[in-house]
Amino acid sequence: MSAAEKGFARKIPAGRAELWKSGRPRLARLDIELTERCNNACLHCSVNLPAGDVDARRRESTTAEIKNILAEAASLGCLGVRFTGGEPLLREDFEEIYVTARKLGLRVRIFTNAALITPHLAEVFEKIPPLDKMEVTVYGMTAGSSESVTGNPASFEAARRGLALLLSRGVPFVVKGVVLPPTKDEMDRFEAWTREVPGMTGSPSYAMLFDLRSRRDDEAKNGRIRSLRLDPAEYVRLESRLGEGRPAELRAFVARFGGCPGDRLFGCLSDAGCVDAYGRFQVCLLLRHPDTVYDLGGGSLRAAMEEFLPRVRDMRAANPAYLERCGRCFLKSLCLQCPARSWAEHGTLDTPVEYFCGIAHAQAEWIGILAPGEKAWEISDGRRRIERPILRRRNGPEAQTNGLAECKGEKTWKAR
Amino acid sequence: MESAISLDAAYGPSEDVVVREIEGELIIVPLASGMGDLEDELFTLNETGRAVWARLDGRKPLRAIVGELAGEFEAPEGAIEQDVMGLLEELVRRKMILRKG
Repeated sequence: MSAAEKGFARKIPAGRAELWKSGRPRLARLDIELTERCNNACLHCSVNLPAGDVDARRRESTTAEIKNILAEAASLGCLGVRFTGGEPLLREDFEEIYVTARKLGLRVRIFTNAALITPHLAEVFEKIPPLDKMEVTVYGMTAGSSESVTGNPASFEAARRGLALLLSRGVPFVVKGVVLPPTKDEMDRFEAWTREVPGMTGSPSYAMLFDLRSRRDDEAKNGRIRSLRLDPAEYVRLESRLGEGRPAELRAFVARFGGCPGDRLFGCLSDAGCVDAYGRFQVCLLLRHPDTVYDLGGGSLRAAMEEFLPRVRDMRAANPAYLERCGRCFLKSLCLQCPARSWAEHGTLDTPVEYFCGIAHAQAEWIGILAPGEKAWEISDGRRRIERPILRRRNGPEAQTNGLAECKGEKTWKAR
Repeated sequence: MESAISLDAAYGPSEDVVVREIEGELIIVPLASGMGDLEDELFTLNETGRAVWARLDGRKPLRAIVGELAGEFEAPEGAIEQDVMGLLEELVRRKMILRKG
């Protein structure tokens, strides 16, 4: 019997929260946006700046500043850090930052497009493994489709080379897709390909509900992002690809996490934090509203977690439209409405975002907890709707029947 | 199978692990590859494991550590020795500690 089996030592697989018997660390996880710059110029991106943006580069946190942030995170009990961007590998000091994080005893998760992975970097990842699977976004299955998304004529081959390097070094990674006009018809092919990726244990995730620019910096790009968004019916059609059990899964999710938020804005904040490319603490990487950002240059991560974060968590919605709709909506757990998206779309923390509202309502109709035309915030018995779906549907919006029917079980979709 | 762990040898933490104490838990984080399974996990030690780990300084023979533990814990020395050997086998197998002398 091994010591682990006998109970002296215990393995802690990734993501397990039961490690803590008593108090939890002040900071459990930290996301660091190492740069907003990217080697790609993806159509749908809410962050990217050009790789050669001199002003952005000049303003970015220095190597020493990032190392200090990592050291303080570790001192606060942080177990894992996620490096994201932009493209984090674009920083010349990426290796130094990465190795520092690992030597502090942090697990590292890297969000990357893989195009900048060099043989040397792959060797570093082999010798000093990140401990968390790298997450690689794949923008298309051909150079044509991929590069029409990335706007970078060399990106497809470079990304494939990067993935091959990771494979050759046995560095675990998962791949994620993106649903855009050039790639929408490649989903089956992409999914077949992902089944050959050793690190994949299930279906790939996709980016398909695109956020507007989180810095509210480019209305032209926002216009393009809006034009790329799936309409609600198309989104539901794609979601139905996940199988006939998906509606029941979603209902279970809504039942578990449902409930009207009232004036509470931040139901999502926990013991994690984020730092942007310029050394500012954010409660969420998407949320750049000045009232929710804290400059670490004049403070500390500890103060951010202990003093600033609780103040943000206590913020309340005041916009009557939000209180009338989102505050009373039992689809809150299904809807992507949040202060960050309200900020990106409207410049406030509490304005309903019609696009995400429409998506949530389409999903709710699909899973049978709303009738067509109903508004979720006008439903007083949301819990009952979840427990006893009212609509009969089969495989997506096109299978909707005309009448209402009570359903006693998930597989009894029979006409009355 | 005979244990590869010697009571007369001294063992100490490898430089390929980072040991962290967080909220009262001692957590061993692999730095180099090959210490965990597939994705390398973190490890934590219980009270007994911590008592052993704290004494693994690379100089003190394991036999002396067993003796110290027998004086501290209410358990037969033979049982303690067996438990220490078991833990050491696991930690050595995972390259978290090394024979230092």
